[in-house]
Amino acid sequence: MTTLTLESLRHDKRAAIAATAVLGLVLAVLPFAVGNALGNSWLRIVDFALLYIMLALGLNIVVGFAGLLDMGYIAFYAVGAYLYALLASPHFGLHVPIWVIIPCGAVLAGFAGALLGAPTLRLRGDYLAIVTLGFGEIVRIFMNNLNAPVNITNGPQGISGIDPIHLGGITLAKPLTFLGFTIPSLHAYYFLFLALALLIIFVTIRLEDSRIGRAWVAIREDEIAAKACGINTRNIKLLAFTMGASFGGVAGGLFAGFQGFVSPESFNLMESVMVLCMVVLGGMGHIPGVILGGLMLTVLPEFFRHSAGPVQQAIFGKILLDPEALRMLLFGLALVLVMLYRPAGLWPSTTRRREFKGESTTDVLKEGE
Amino acid sequence: MDIFIQQIINGLVLGSIYALVALGYTMVYGIMGLINFAHGEVVMIGAMVALSVVKALAASGLPVFAVILIALAAAALVCMAIGFSVERIAYRPLRRAHKLAPLITAIGISIILQHTAMLVWGRNYHAFPPILPASAHEIFGATITSLQVAIVLIAGLMMAGLMVLINHTRFGRAMRATSENPQIAQLMGVDINKIISATFVIGSALAAVAGLMVSANYSIAHYYMGFMLGLKAFTAAVLGGIGNIAGAVLGGILLGLIEALGAGYIGDLTGGFLGSHYQDIFAFFVLIGVLIFRPSGLIGERVSERA
Amino acid sequence: MQHSRLSSMTLAVAAALAMIGCGQKEEPKPEAAPVAAPEAAKPEISVAIGHVAPLTGPQAHLGKDNENAARMAIDALNGQGVEIGGSKVKFTLVAEDDQADPKQGTIVAQKLVDAKVNGVIGHLNSGTTIPASKIYFDAGLPQISPSSTNPKYTQQGFATAFRVMANDVQQGKVLGEYAIKQLAGKTVAIVDDRTAYGQGLADEVEKGVVAAGGKVATREFTNDKATDFAAILTKIKSKKVDVIFYGGMDAQGGPMAKQMKSLGLKAKFLTGDGACTPEFIKLAGEASEGQFCSLPGVPLDQMPGGKAFGDTFNAKYGQIQLYAPYVYDAVMVMAEAMKRANSVEPAKYLPEIGKTDYQGVSAKIQFDDKGDLKGGAISLYQVKDGKWEYRETIGGAPAAPAEEPKKDEAK
Repeated sequence: MTTLTLESLRHDKRAAIAATAVLGLVLAVLPFAVGNALGNSWLRIVDFALLYIMLALGLNIVVGFAGLLDMGYIAFYAVGAYLYALLASPHFGLHVPIWVIIPCGAVLAGFAGALLGAPTLRLRGDYLAIVTLGFGEIVRIFMNNLNAPVNITNGPQGISGIDPIHLGGITLAKPLTFLGFTIPSLHAYYFLFLALALLIIFVTIRLEDSRIGRAWVAIREDEIAAKACGINTRNIKLLAFTMGASFGGVAGGLFAGFQGFVSPESFNLMESVMVLCMVVLGGMGHIPGVILGGLMLTVLPEFFRHSAGPVQQAIFGKILLDPEALRMLLFGLALVLVMLYRPAGLWPSTTRRREFKGESTTDVLKEGE
Repeated sequence: MDIFIQQIINGLVLGSIYALVALGYTMVYGIMGLINFAHGEVVMIGAMVALSVVKALAASGLPVFAVILIALAAAALVCMAIGFSVERIAYRPLRRAHKLAPLITAIGISIILQHTAMLVWGRNYHAFPPILPASAHEIFGATITSLQVAIVLIAGLMMAGLMVLINHTRFGRAMRATSENPQIAQLMGVDINKIISATFVIGSALAAVAGLMVSANYSIAHYYMGFMLGLKAFTAAVLGGIGNIAGAVLGGILLGLIEALGAGYIGDLTGGFLGSHYQDIFAFFVLIGVLIFRPSGLIGERVSERA
Repeated sequence: MQHSRLSSMTLAVAAALAMIGCGQKEEPKPEAAPVAAPEAAKPEISVAIGHVAPLTGPQAHLGKDNENAARMAIDALNGQGVEIGGSKVKFTLVAEDDQADPKQGTIVAQKLVDAKVNGVIGHLNSGTTIPASKIYFDAGLPQISPSSTNPKYTQQGFATAFRVMANDVQQGKVLGEYAIKQLAGKTVAIVDDRTAYGQGLADEVEKGVVAAGGKVATREFTNDKATDFAAILTKIKSKKVDVIFYGGMDAQGGPMAKQMKSLGLKAKFLTGDGACTPEFIKLAGEASEGQFCSLPGVPLDQMPGGKAFGDTFNAKYGQIQLYAPYVYDAVMVMAEAMKRANSVEPAKYLPEIGKTDYQGVSAKIQFDDKGDLKGGAISLYQVKDGKWEYRETIGGAPAAPAEEPKKDEAK
């Protein structure tokens, strides 16, 4: 079915425009639908999902496009979040406006990405994985400990009372009134996150089609051949780290403003692993797949949280298995099953899918879904 | 001086524990080029099973040595069964898939093992029954317990045993062939499925030994303990050169020493700026330093595959 | 080319929407139970109390302990047949897991707000309590944390935030003084686990030690997942200190005391509430003998109803881990406020919480204007024959005399 729709859209310009319009409408109505039908907790989850989509798209540049396994990606998210927290909170008494902080966060995180990339250029595969993992931990541990001798990050206590995101005189922490409509805070955050997520999606799509994007893919496929073709692999790899990291920095800044509190425990290794799972599970290197992965891994655990207890209650009349344990078991099982049945990810790009099938190209032709 | 010797001993004991766990990582990696992220959780299960058996038998009047052996056997059996099934279920179907696919299933399996253990053993911390004599030996004013001596010896023995197994037996030759090129090994009559299964089973038995040692030495076991341990051991394996048996032990011991000496002396050397709160990252700094100059670990072979 | 990209994007989002849609069908129905309907006409009104603690992860055992205590308090209230505003009240518990993760903490907080619970008990960790408190404050929902000790929690100016536990400042001061005065220590080594709790308490203890004329010889650090402390303990040994203070939880404190002994450290071991548990003794084994810890409040046996609480809890859920009595008190304080306000509506009974004067099982509970526990008595314990034995209570209002004059300690 998917293929069918895709085909028709690909050929029919009007259908494509119509689909985009419908999508736009759906995205605009979504927060109100979710908020009213499911409650604000689901809306908050959707807000987080948008943040994770940004993260997953950033990591996708490094892992999916350039084929560099980065397991410390959350460090860039942390850099963005802490920059926002330090520049817009009572901690230093600074209240820098958001349009200064978010770009600064992107630049600083990008710089951190280059910093990580430079010494690791020679490393491949699992060695790169462990060094990036170490980098992630180093950043977290420094944030956890830089409260002495000079208090910079306030250590494990974290930074609280962070300014909510505000644009001009409008703050997103309170309901907004706009042309007679009142937009509650969570909804306003949704629209802001959505706008930035769309921007990042747009940038990623343009990047993928650009010379740089093709150079990344060339490096992923065969670094030596890419070099032989005249690609400056060092610069191109560094660029992948930098671009990917800067998206993380943007998402981090938004996270800090949204939460109003940052502490090092939000940026642990498990978070990096989760973002990596989003990229791989969704379909590495394929933007719609990565978006789907980000959404799924944010929504799925929450779905299990909401249903693990009540569903047992409904079926057996009592709670047989600890719902918290069950929730995690189901989540683990979902990771395993998706990978077993769709090793290329839930929604891989067509070229990717062919690669995974190995030599039997006939299978790809037969596979119509 | 006694303090310095004590720190060396501390590092050696901790390092031997890392080495024991790292051996399991490195064996699997050596043969399949796969990071078995679930290995830390297998160690945890080993620790839990061993502890439960010891607890059950502590009052039985059996000699301590027998209790430990039975516990070890039980833990090894359970771990081997888990190792075998994990490979069959989560890794074998993905042998030809992209390298990251089994990484994700490994993470999934870790989550499943962890929370199954939580269901079985509960959320509480478990204490290892005090059946081992707490005899401390003095060496130049530093102390070491018999158990710690045993841990260091066992790590060495395991390494030696594995090296003999791999380099001097028929089975070992088949392993090396599989690791070199599975297709050609198969053509030469090696049943690579069997070899890979056996590697996982042996690795899991090692995990059981490590689990028992960890829980006995620190007298603590908890369903969440595998994560940190696995991470450290993995770091150790990479530091030494992943895929290399001697490298795993070297990396483990080095990591232990770095942590002990780092926590013990760096604080005073840097005027308190880098104290023991940076203990966990000294190792990463060293690792990054080593990998910049030797991109495949201290004594690892050059690898040419990509992520 | 662009269109195909856009359209596949369309599909990605559409698929995702479909997923959310699927979630919608099954989710809200079973969740619907705890809706408070404060109409007096109905014969029975339902009051939902939210409870949040980590039920997975390294602190899951403490989280479950808290949840059990909350459940026990709810059962006790339902057993009493509380009447508010002329109608009988049925209390229900909505228990949630925040995984000790700040992000999960806010999601769960929002879920409780959506479920229209009447009040929240929690969270367990300061790191989740602080970001969640903003969400409760915005929703006007009273929150009583049984165990968050970070002073920041009540300093944010949220009228909805209370705690029934002494904060780090109160406890740290007492501990620091105790190490110097009662334990006759001249030099102290301070270790903490670099969590918001451990570091916060350790900093205050350091101030307390210095204020009491002692010297902090060294500060060492570990983490909340560590098991090996040999390196830092060896370093401490070289500093020849009299007392070692540890700010952190029992899972590290127990093995630490044990390793102290095997390294031949003779210093006294002192720790805060996080390691003041039976778990500590179990994990440290013989090495626990003679070591010290502190707990906010007054020992259960000295409080009216305290012993009964302990016995019932132990019979029903097994050994109290740590914060169970505080959770129990927190629920009771909330219910009492509802009774006094004669309303279960958050806005109506919130002012009453501030006026609480309640004889709980952990302490006599009164709040100051920030929502912190007034007085903040701290009790000290020492291990004797494998049991924590009460030594003395320092600071705070003198404990109200117990109804049954029970002077002898727990057996």
